[in-house]
Amino acid sequence: MSDQPIITKPSNDARQGDVVSQTKDKGWFYTDTVKEHFFHPKNFMDNEETYGEAAMGMVGSPACGDAMKIWIKVDPATQKITDMKWKTFGCGSAIASTSMMSVMVTENGGVTLEEARKLRPQDIMERLGGLPARKVHCSVLGDKALRAAINDWYRQQGQNDNVQVEQGRIIDKVLKITDHDIEEAVLDGADTLEKVQAKTKVGTGDPSCIPEVENLIRFYKDKYFGHEQGA
Amino acid sequence: MKEIYLDHAATTYVDPRVLEAMLPYFSDVYANPSSFHTPGMRAKEAVTDARASIAKNLNCREEEVVFTAGGTESDNLAIVGTVRANVAKGKHVITTAIEHHAVLEVLVHLQKKGEVELTILPVDKFGMVSVDDVEKALRPDTILVSIMYANNEIGTIQPIADIGRAILKWRKAQATPSLFPYFHSDACQAAGALDLDVEKLHVDLLTLNGSKIYGPKGVGMLYVRRGVKLEPLIRGGGQERNVRSGTENVPGIVGFATALHLAQAEKEVENARLTKLRDRLTEGLLAIPKTRLNGHLTERLPNSVNISFLDIEGEAAVLYLDAEGIYVSTGSACASTSLDPSHVIIATGLSYEGAHGSMRFTFGHRTTAEDIEKVIEVMPGIVAKLRHMSPVNLDMKYFA
Repeated sequence: MSDQPIITKPSNDARQGDVVSQTKDKGWFYTDTVKEHFFHPKNFMDNEETYGEAAMGMVGSPACGDAMKIWIKVDPATQKITDMKWKTFGCGSAIASTSMMSVMVTENGGVTLEEARKLRPQDIMERLGGLPARKVHCSVLGDKALRAAINDWYRQQGQNDNVQVEQGRIIDKVLKITDHDIEEAVLDGADTLEKVQAKTKVGTGDPSCIPEVENLIRFYKDKYFGHEQGA
Repeated sequence: MKEIYLDHAATTYVDPRVLEAMLPYFSDVYANPSSFHTPGMRAKEAVTDARASIAKNLNCREEEVVFTAGGTESDNLAIVGTVRANVAKGKHVITTAIEHHAVLEVLVHLQKKGEVELTILPVDKFGMVSVDDVEKALRPDTILVSIMYANNEIGTIQPIADIGRAILKWRKAQATPSLFPYFHSDACQAAGALDLDVEKLHVDLLTLNGSKIYGPKGVGMLYVRRGVKLEPLIRGGGQERNVRSGTENVPGIVGFATALHLAQAEKEVENARLTKLRDRLTEGLLAIPKTRLNGHLTERLPNSVNISFLDIEGEAAVLYLDAEGIYVSTGSACASTSLDPSHVIIATGLSYEGAHGSMRFTFGHRTTAEDIEKVIEVMPGIVAKLRHMSPVNLDMKYFA
């Protein structure tokens, strides 16, 4: 496991290999790696009291089915993550994704904050050996919570210049989904609200943003794929 | 590890007695019942006997039994068939918020196509439809009322006979006594436990299938009261009095009839046994803090317990139970193909937070008291572990 490199840029291979078609499902619903992380979660927050001062980030809400809270400890000299703890409310794939992410950012002496910020859901999915197609949206919140925790750490250090707001403009306030996330989903082939939701969960946290999401989908479809006939 | 299957509302195993009854009709008596020769006559006889047995259990006429390929097809035939055959009478349909997808999805589709005007009645916090609400929703152009007999997710039993009587009264009170609206009920979940006498229920259309009553999958029926006009969904050779074409699934039909007969003959003894298990599991699980029973405490199927556990997500709990050899379902969105949790549990007024943590335990003939004790023993640990892993600690107001 530890000899696998961390993927900081999603390759086309990762994108194509990350989703398991439902019609081809055989045997257990999840891969053995997902099961291992689900049944034996790594680095989960056992006792918050002993961890009180650490930087923390949270995303999601129980109403939309997923909520994640992440704590990190960072070595100020190297800017490497030395420890990460988490708590997740969610299904098997949400729990396994957070657990895997905690391994990825702390293994081999830890990654730098800069590297950690580049971590993508696709990278986590690939390390998990893939997730079923309809589970993809459950794995897309962990990296957001991690970036929120990184910002919190910089704030604690008084380095407000290093705080990075989410790339793009926040559309779903509860899930912190941005217009950039929607653009990515459209580029990945999601051409309807339902498909974009399947990838991002946008609108399940804050349904009032759905009309805006639909506008953005139309905008990005036009931008990248041109006008469809009769549309 | 002993496996404990508690998902009988999803489907049951085939009772060995049912399987035995079916076996001759695969390779020995295999001819087409429509064929005009001796083997054909033998097959036809099997279908006729099956139909007679079912008619007896439903207190209906043999010609009112239409065999189909399952519950979903029966629901589709009842709804689409009624709507399209009776366009001149109107297009208003009444249903409820907790129907099975085989009813709701069909009606919502027809509504989109402009073929029906739809009234979807709410339910109370126990999942119960009010007879008053049905009466108030009736209109001169109402052609169909479709209300399930017992719910597949929370087990709540609807007052079908009372609703049937109210509809009859309303029909008679019209200026010229009317045959409309027809009254349809999906009784797939009810067939193993409740009385199916169509004269007592006052239904015109009744959906039943094999796969919930220890019969084979892929076979079901629609009871169609004499005089009820349906447009067929499937055309062809004119079988089933032209309502449902296609060569009869003879082994399936024999198996379904046998299963229905056994279920109805044994239901009183089995209901008493299951009710004890149900009440023991309900009590045992509600002893866990921050839990809530979904469905009605007493007006509920004897084999059904649905409980929400706050602060955890149902799919995760299903998987932990799976690892213990205990097989159940959840109303969580994560276990479905949509992003929304169970429409049934939401319809009872429970918050999304509560619905995501809902779990359904449904028992069957092979479920024992020891099985139930095992669930009561392992569940608190699983809930505690997942709550410990969860960053949320919600107020009980989410169960209000």
